[in-house]
Amino acid sequence: MLLDVGRFVQNTIHAKFWLALFGLVACFAALTGPAFSSAGQASAPAAPQQTPPVPAPGQPAAGATGGAAQTAGAAPRAGLNIVVLDPAHGGTDLGARGTGGIHESDIVLEFAAQVRTALESQGFQVVQTRQGNANPSFDDRSAMANAQRGAIFVTLHIASTGVPGTARVYVLNDMAPSADATGLIPWDRAQAPFVSLSRKLGNQVQALLAQRFKGSPAGAQTASVRQLRTTAAPAIAVEISSVTVEDRGQLDHMAPGVADAIARGAAAFRPTYVVPANPGERP
Amino acid sequence: MTPRWRWWFLGALFLAVVIAAIYLPILRRNIRQAAKLQQRSEEQARRELTQPTVINPSDPKVKAKLFWASGADDGTLSAVTVELPLSKDPVLRSKQVLNTLLAGPVDTELRTLPPDAALLAFYLLPDGTAIGDFSEALATSIPSGIESEQLAVDSITKTLEANVPQVRRLKILIHGQEVETLAGHLDLSQAFVVNANAGPGPRAAGLPSPSAATPALTPAAATVKLAEPTRKP
Repeated sequence: MLLDVGRFVQNTIHAKFWLALFGLVACFAALTGPAFSSAGQASAPAAPQQTPPVPAPGQPAAGATGGAAQTAGAAPRAGLNIVVLDPAHGGTDLGARGTGGIHESDIVLEFAAQVRTALESQGFQVVQTRQGNANPSFDDRSAMANAQRGAIFVTLHIASTGVPGTARVYVLNDMAPSADATGLIPWDRAQAPFVSLSRKLGNQVQALLAQRFKGSPAGAQTASVRQLRTTAAPAIAVEISSVTVEDRGQLDHMAPGVADAIARGAAAFRPTYVVPANPGERP
Repeated sequence: MTPRWRWWFLGALFLAVVIAAIYLPILRRNIRQAAKLQQRSEEQARRELTQPTVINPSDPKVKAKLFWASGADDGTLSAVTVELPLSKDPVLRSKQVLNTLLAGPVDTELRTLPPDAALLAFYLLPDGTAIGDFSEALATSIPSGIESEQLAVDSITKTLEANVPQVRRLKILIHGQEVETLAGHLDLSQAFVVNANAGPGPRAAGLPSPSAATPALTPAAATVKLAEPTRKP
């Protein structure tokens, strides 16, 4: 009997405890609910920044008729305003090496600083693939360009051949159009839809370089540059001759002219480029 | 030590210095010569091992067209006609022309491929895809740069295009391995178009279009310099 009384008391206490707890929660929800709900309503439109899907290496880039990026088709079209600048090599990869201890990886970094300034003066936002002595992979560098909307890609190189004091622009060869059933562009052929635009940009920059540096070709040349293949944007490689100069000052002297040609070429290309609505989309 | 012994000691020391001054340059010269000989013999041995004599004198002599640098320093190639006994078998024929290309022109300045590079193996698949396996020197000894690397590949593909019509495309391996670039710039992960219209197989997806087969570094209007037919060793 005593045991039963004890259990009754215990159950009563537990029941009262749970009842009190429920009451407290209900009161709290009633008091704070509207505040939460209004905060939620206010914050929802304040987050329109749709992070563009960045296709990972080995994965297809967003294509013309399918893909997650296509669902954001209502996004407003923006003009060309970003230049992804790629000082080639870096880290343990020194690139071309001259007899006088000149390394391609060092010089392109210094060139990039001047090109960046020239581009910014033309109103471009510049994204650099490396700042210091890092060596991102080809795919990592391409990914930086492929994540942008309204970007062009410029990779800077110093040759170990060619007439010193000349500069050449390279674009990729024509690539057969290729897309899978969903319309996505394969990562390893991301440049395919942009080849003609790249050629147009390349010709504009090369024409300006030819004016500055006698002996440079009049138009852009084609070459199977690895870095360009996975870039889903108008993309060019600029190569300056050469690391074989005895005096490094000869190369430094070229930097302002190269920077100006790239910046003015990009500015001239800007009105002709209708930027795709989404990163990785066909132009 | 007495003064007399001191003089003897200083004299001997002076004599040793004089002898060393005469002998050391001679020794250095001899070491250099020995190193050069060793290097040459190593290269010769490598060539002998990796390049079995594929030139058969009984094969009919034909005018082979080989592409080396034009010498204009503008990144263009020139065709040079060389009379060679070439096999009718496309694999053997490819090896013959590529080995001659690797041996280089008379003017070494016109080389497009490093002198120590060698062709290790060459295969031709039924669909016209050729696989050329080159020694590591092709990647390590070539001057790094887009122009020089493209010129090297162009000289190989154009030479095959001109002499071995069965080869549709070429995949380049370095020491049996697939590599991403030749020397940091040129894309070797994909095959290069050689003869777009040759061979029985369909064009593989993912290859550059036929227009890409013609290397752009050699403009269509480039002067083609034909040398007097010469016999390559």
